[in-house]
Amino acid sequence: MKQGMTRLRTRLRRPRTQAVLLAAYTVLSAAGLAFAGPPIVWFLLLLASLLLLYYTDLPGAVKWVWAGVVVAVLLPVCASTGSSFESFMEVATQMGIYVAMALGLNVVVGFAGLLDLGFIAFFALGAYTYAIFFSDQANHFIPGHHFPLPADLFWLCLPAGLLVAALFGVLLGLPVLRVKGDYLAIVTLGFGEIIRIIFNNLDKPVNITNGAIGISSVEAPRFFGVSLSFPHQFYYLVLALLALVLYAVRRLEHSRIGRAWKAVREDEIAAQAMGVPLTRTKLVAFAVGASFSGLMGVVFAAKQAFIDPTSFTMLESITILVMVILGGMGSLPGVVVGACLVTLLNIQLMPELTNWLNTLTTAGVIQFPSALSPSKMQRLIFGIILILFAVFRPQGMIPSKTRRHDPAALAKLAAEWQAQTGGTFRAGVRPADGQDATARAPGHGAVTRAQGQDGAKEGATL
Amino acid sequence: MKKHRVLSWVAVTSAVMLLSACGAGGGGGNTASSGGGGGGGGNVIKIATQSPLSGGSATLGEAIKLGAQLAVEDKQEEFKKLGFTLQLVPYDDQADPKKGVANAQMIASDQDILGVVGHLNSGVAIPSSEVYEKYAIPMVSPANTATQVTDRGLKTVNRICARDDFQGPAGAQFAVQTLGAKKIFVIQDKTAYGQGLADAFKDAAQKLGAQIVGYEGITVGEKDFNGVLNNAKAANPDLIYFGGLYAEGGLIVKQAREKGLNIPILGGDGLDSSTMVQIAGADIANTYYTSVAADVTKTDSGKQWADRYQQKFGKPVESYSAYGYDSAQVLLKGIENAIQANGGKKPTREQVRDAVRAIQDFQGIVTKVGFDDKGDNKFANVYVYKFDGQKYPGTQVAAMSKQS
Amino acid sequence: MIPQLLHSLPQVLVDGVTLGAVYATVALGYTMVYGILELINFAHGEIFMSGAFIGTAILIGLNSAGWLGHLPKLLVLLLTLAVAMGLTGLLGMGIERVAYRPLRNAPRLIPLISAIGVSFVLQDVVRFIAEWRTGNYIVTGVTLYGAELNLGSLTVKTNTLIVLGAAVLMMAGLDLFVRRTRWGTAMRAVAQDKDTAALMSINVNRVIALTFFMGSALGGATGVLFAQQYGTIDPYIGFILGLKAFTAAVLGGIGNIRGAMFGGFVLGILEMFASAELGPLTGGVLGAEYKDVFAFLILIAVLLFKPEGLFGQAVKEKV
Repeated sequence: MKQGMTRLRTRLRRPRTQAVLLAAYTVLSAAGLAFAGPPIVWFLLLLASLLLLYYTDLPGAVKWVWAGVVVAVLLPVCASTGSSFESFMEVATQMGIYVAMALGLNVVVGFAGLLDLGFIAFFALGAYTYAIFFSDQANHFIPGHHFPLPADLFWLCLPAGLLVAALFGVLLGLPVLRVKGDYLAIVTLGFGEIIRIIFNNLDKPVNITNGAIGISSVEAPRFFGVSLSFPHQFYYLVLALLALVLYAVRRLEHSRIGRAWKAVREDEIAAQAMGVPLTRTKLVAFAVGASFSGLMGVVFAAKQAFIDPTSFTMLESITILVMVILGGMGSLPGVVVGACLVTLLNIQLMPELTNWLNTLTTAGVIQFPSALSPSKMQRLIFGIILILFAVFRPQGMIPSKTRRHDPAALAKLAAEWQAQTGGTFRAGVRPADGQDATARAPGHGAVTRAQGQDGAKEGATL
Repeated sequence: MKKHRVLSWVAVTSAVMLLSACGAGGGGGNTASSGGGGGGGGNVIKIATQSPLSGGSATLGEAIKLGAQLAVEDKQEEFKKLGFTLQLVPYDDQADPKKGVANAQMIASDQDILGVVGHLNSGVAIPSSEVYEKYAIPMVSPANTATQVTDRGLKTVNRICARDDFQGPAGAQFAVQTLGAKKIFVIQDKTAYGQGLADAFKDAAQKLGAQIVGYEGITVGEKDFNGVLNNAKAANPDLIYFGGLYAEGGLIVKQAREKGLNIPILGGDGLDSSTMVQIAGADIANTYYTSVAADVTKTDSGKQWADRYQQKFGKPVESYSAYGYDSAQVLLKGIENAIQANGGKKPTREQVRDAVRAIQDFQGIVTKVGFDDKGDNKFANVYVYKFDGQKYPGTQVAAMSKQS
Repeated sequence: MIPQLLHSLPQVLVDGVTLGAVYATVALGYTMVYGILELINFAHGEIFMSGAFIGTAILIGLNSAGWLGHLPKLLVLLLTLAVAMGLTGLLGMGIERVAYRPLRNAPRLIPLISAIGVSFVLQDVVRFIAEWRTGNYIVTGVTLYGAELNLGSLTVKTNTLIVLGAAVLMMAGLDLFVRRTRWGTAMRAVAQDKDTAALMSINVNRVIALTFFMGSALGGATGVLFAQQYGTIDPYIGFILGLKAFTAAVLGGIGNIRGAMFGGFVLGILEMFASAELGPLTGGVLGAEYKDVFAFLILIAVLLFKPEGLFGQAVKEKV
């Protein structure tokens, strides 16, 4: 029996077996989505197949292609047979938007360790950039009747929104560079609220955002002559943009700036001593994070055809933070999973649960007080998730992989270094071949001593 | 280790699935049964409600839902005779445009839903109605007063209440001509509704010759209005106008009285709620409000209806309860007409949409309904009420109709 | 315009000082916790809100039991304050035990996230209890002292005087406690250097628990007074007020009790002034709706230019 189990386990480790099993599972759930009901269960199963894909041992390129096929082809095609096609596409599109935003916040919080609680402000900026110029709004403050701009210029607005948000990210980052830890969180929170209040009131003296009334009748974008108005069209747009974002984040993570971010996150002073330019690193983090948000803001405005300041509250910022914490700070797959789960919870699961309880109540089966209805419990659920994860699993569901260096490999490197230069190996000294010093330092976890605010406490020692 | 992790993930995912499956089984299960195609199958007809069931205006949102529920129950028999079962599917839009849109998509995907009664907040109605328009789902609004809701010329959007560009000037007319106010201080809550209404009032009052001695904004959720009211006191007005909801309105009235501002205070239909009296307490005297909702207890049949409502739900009637009822009734009448025009078979959404818009002469429990080409109600009136003591609703002191 | 400004100034001052008293007492809670743990207790605003709800619940309960009319008002107020203070103090201690103590050695970000989580949980728990019991989460309570005094052009509510008096008493009491008693000295020792204090045989955990108890009790008492002042409360009053009280604490110098009091009053007066005069001063361009922005800008300005606050001392971080 035991032998059988071991043999099974070894066989399961083989990538080919895993691929076959996973393929079978994927095909099964896709078929279920296409032909059986209830569709939401199969939809979730199909999404779960992606998670299982992550845990298989298949080569990286294969995984990406597989995921691409499932998400871009299998999912929409199979969902399109049902009547809730557009509803699922809507959910999937919103998930895509939130994943991109969560990835942006991940850069700021997860990689660089800067807790930004006003993140939704950049989303708002992107959204308003599109809405102001692609609706009647800009005519209020720019004379002449040039607006709304022709819908074909949508592709131009995407980088525009990205740049505007990045610009404001830098502008926001500049004053908060000197502020650390808890204070940074409060200041960014303050900024987020300030931007929302300003948007809410910017209808006098010059009517730029139309204040609380919001901007409606925003034009639907046109992409190569096709007018995007249905959720499944926006789905493909979001997928394409998300692919770009994922690629960008992966490259950044493993680049020099990515390592600089992680160094700043672990210990600012040590990073500075290592020659990491603190200002530039932090500003780039803010700019990159903000730009993803701004990009998705443009898509959001185009999709909703109406925006107003009530979509950009602090609760939204916290929602994205929950996605990052739940998934795992600094971990790409974790953040993607976190974002998907939280969005699903919000949009699909809670209303469905509430509906179910409602139907039971109207049918008289149980007397469910509306005060306890799940769709109102959003804050409670987020709060509990935050507390539980902070206390019990701060690394999140899928922790970020810190590079582990095993002593044998390190010793080998040390021997090489000695042979090359004839000196003794000292950690942190830059070797002659130009390898990055931080990559050589032994894998090192979180800093043990919390950093206090300058001047706040006497005797702050490290 | 990996196996354990995979197992635990499978466990978590299955749990998530189970949760949604029971939700799907109850609420969305019908999606599966009608998964094949259009609305031809089955003999279940549903109407949905979208209103804020949580949040600051939950009292009014709940009232709309309950009113619609009563209408559906009243019409059950008639529809059974035609061979259809009637169901109500309530949705909570939480006064959030994104939720409204997401719910609208879910409504669209349920082919049995032939119409929507909603919303309360114009800021939610506008983007949600873009979705309804795409799928030809008619919406009948009991409470959306912002002008943009119907001004966009969508075929699916209708409302049975008056618009802000009628309510504001009606209030101005009452303030300047009946109450004789010459200097007016305007406060609004910086929401789409409050600001739109206050602006419409301000323009109309100025045209009628009154002087606006102040125009200030407050934030929703605020409790301390001493600053704004100090400003008002210094300006020495004859009347204060407030565009906003009862949560802030009640406190403004209370704090104004505490400051010694015993002048009349006029507000819009956002003040039309029992919570307003609760918050302001004894200071509510000398407060007026315009409402697009008539007092349903003024007629005998209305009074009976209100008693029935109270008995069934255990809650007193709110202003929009009757409007929720009438909206649902109008929608059901449209569906009925469409069924009959379709030879007794279940109609398509386009047919229902056109049938609803075609209604010209429907007598509801509280208002008469006839839609014009934009979907506005030709017979919508604005009523002015006064709070006499701590009683809700206030006493109706004037009624203004479009014709006058 | 200037004469109008001067004419309304006394009233603005009175209202500002009242608001400032509320900010000051809530700021005390923030400053005490930060002094000891270097943690911004995000949940403190919610503790204040819980105090308001507990007080309102007690008064509504007494009212419906019919006892309110029979007992002298002062006794009722003191009773409510005592019960609310006790309960919120325990709530604060409980929060520390569950959400902060396990994270004492964790990197900076984590306890902050836990604090945000606690804040959200409290908001929603109070919301659904209130909604379940009364059908609406906006709750109007019974006001004990509703009378007003008219001194010339000033209108001062009796309750305002009570709020001011109570706040001053609480602040003076706390100041005395911290400076004159043994436990107070222990608190100051732990705030200065936790490890050395432990070596001096001070039970650090107990001192921290006591700090949380006292800070939360003060916050809860302020909540009761706030509910009395404005009559109506909802579960979301804690959030913005907490942020502003934190601004006040930073303005005065975080960790410094007298600084927090001063900061609170200054912020209250500034905010009331902005709310009343921004409109007339800017000719209608900026109005009272910008008063929150005003408070946030003060916070940002202080953190950028004088992070140690008005009464703190600049300390260099040693490496």
